[in-house]
Amino acid sequence: MATLDHKKALDRAGANIDGWWDNAVHLARRYPLGAIGAMMVVVFVLAAVFADVISPHSPLTTNADRSLAPPDLSMLFGADVMGRDMLSRILHGARISLAVGIGSTVLGGLIGVSVGLMSGYLMGWVDLLTQRVIDIMQALPLLVMALVMAAALGPSLENTIIAISIPLVPQVARVVRSNTLSLREMPFVEAARAGGMSEWRVAVRHVLPNTMAPLIVLGTAQLGSAILTEASLSFLGLGVPEPYPSWGRMLSESAAEYVRVAPWLVIFPGLAISAAVFGTNLMGDALRDILDPRERS
Amino acid sequence: MSAYLVRRFLLLLLTLVGMSIVIFVMLRLVPGNIADIMFDSAGFVDPAEKAALEVELGLNLPIPEQYWNWIKGLMVGDLGYSYVSEKPAIDEIGPRIPITAKLAGMSLFFSILFGLPLGVISAVRQNTALDYVLRLFSLSGLSLPSFWLALLILMACVSYLGEIPIYTDKPETLGEELALYLLPSAAVGFRASALIMRLTRSSMLEVLRQDYIRTAKAKGASDNTINYVHALKNAVLPVTTIIGIEAAFLIGGLIITETVFNIPGVAHFLVEAILMRDYPIVQSLVMFIAVIVVVINFIVDMMYAVLDPRIKYAD
Repeated sequence: MATLDHKKALDRAGANIDGWWDNAVHLARRYPLGAIGAMMVVVFVLAAVFADVISPHSPLTTNADRSLAPPDLSMLFGADVMGRDMLSRILHGARISLAVGIGSTVLGGLIGVSVGLMSGYLMGWVDLLTQRVIDIMQALPLLVMALVMAAALGPSLENTIIAISIPLVPQVARVVRSNTLSLREMPFVEAARAGGMSEWRVAVRHVLPNTMAPLIVLGTAQLGSAILTEASLSFLGLGVPEPYPSWGRMLSESAAEYVRVAPWLVIFPGLAISAAVFGTNLMGDALRDILDPRERS
Repeated sequence: MSAYLVRRFLLLLLTLVGMSIVIFVMLRLVPGNIADIMFDSAGFVDPAEKAALEVELGLNLPIPEQYWNWIKGLMVGDLGYSYVSEKPAIDEIGPRIPITAKLAGMSLFFSILFGLPLGVISAVRQNTALDYVLRLFSLSGLSLPSFWLALLILMACVSYLGEIPIYTDKPETLGEELALYLLPSAAVGFRASALIMRLTRSSMLEVLRQDYIRTAKAKGASDNTINYVHALKNAVLPVTTIIGIEAAFLIGGLIITETVFNIPGVAHFLVEAILMRDYPIVQSLVMFIAVIVVVINFIVDMMYAVLDPRIKYAD
């Protein structure tokens, strides 16, 4: 319900907007910070997708001669204690970050949407019970819950995704439920029902599409915190295991030991995490302004 | 008000009971039981020993009875038994609580000290260059991983002071103690301040659009009086409601920061217990954290009625 028709507004204003490129340029002018964020996200995604092609070295090949080598022309970001190229490791780390980020956001979103729809649709004791459980889950800090889940499930890429997705469920379920509750009273939903549409189809064809805007906004925000949580879990030794190069683990390996002798081991992986999350957050803020006018500040 | 208080308190108890069930179930979602995991990681194979451990941990009992035993223990302050230090958990956790409480208090202080004024300035100067800079600053607070921030602080200490501030049990003076907590709490507080700043900004913007602000302007009140006397008072109210969320946020930050700075607080202990797979302790510690968050939320709810005279809780 919150889609803004920029095109119509612009045509009325006499602007000559044609095609998606013009549209993108217009949005970028209107939301410069969001455009910068989107650009950072694109760079991050490209780095993850083409890590194999653009990495100057292998992220796993060790080289004793290059142990703790400072940044130079052959290794722009220096080398770690095993002589592995930091730049290549960071590029490959983008894969893990992105996989866990998107994986857990999507998984948490799917569970959240199902729970929210169920809760808003069935109402009664199902709704009451679900709401209490969600209240309870929200009282636990995201990191604590992810930590416990990750520890209980054991370290692996899939388990990390699951561990981070569960704490993301309550927020999604909340948004979907409240939207469902208000949408099911709308005339167009009543009309669909009167026309003989099944409840299931009403939910999927009418309620869900109208909840997309807040879900996209929430999903972007959650993507940022999922990436951050993965890094924190890996930093604490409970995230993605070796041999995957995870940004968080790179920092914990280098943390106290090499802070004095090899600051590049601390600076570059941290910059990578920060840039990825910062870009996602910038984009998320702009998306909120575009898609969710009620929240506009 | 009193009826509301009672109802709210009953709800709090209900939440805590539910919470204990959620935590209990969460740690039992794993295939195999705790003894299996402890044995896997320890590399033991003797089935008799495992059976003995299962009896010792009460894992041979039916699940509801296990749960009941755990709750019964919690009621009398028995948080379980640490398999790592071979001491009752309460003896391990007890001395750590003041450390974490001091850190959390100072972090909260920092987050309000920076978050509130910067949020107000950002709102008053909405859409100016200053606003943009401040918003980027707060967004970066939410984006920088706290362990990286902590590591950068350590690095700065190394290059400027030539040494890393190391935690000691017994700081000599109050000043020394403050210095000890200063850097870690600044690292946690910076992140938490971002949250407060964002909320203060949007709350302040909302208040500044209200009629009574226009009235104040019309009667000739100065900008400073309007912003800091008339508007801020009302804008701060919604900010207090997120102190509960803030507490959860702080705990997340403390887990990381206590680990990086090697401070022996409760949050660090939780990480240690998880890494050591000391599940009975993890279960009790997570419950402990949950109780704190829920109780803080309850207090905030009650405070809200005191702070805002417009709110009357119906009996």
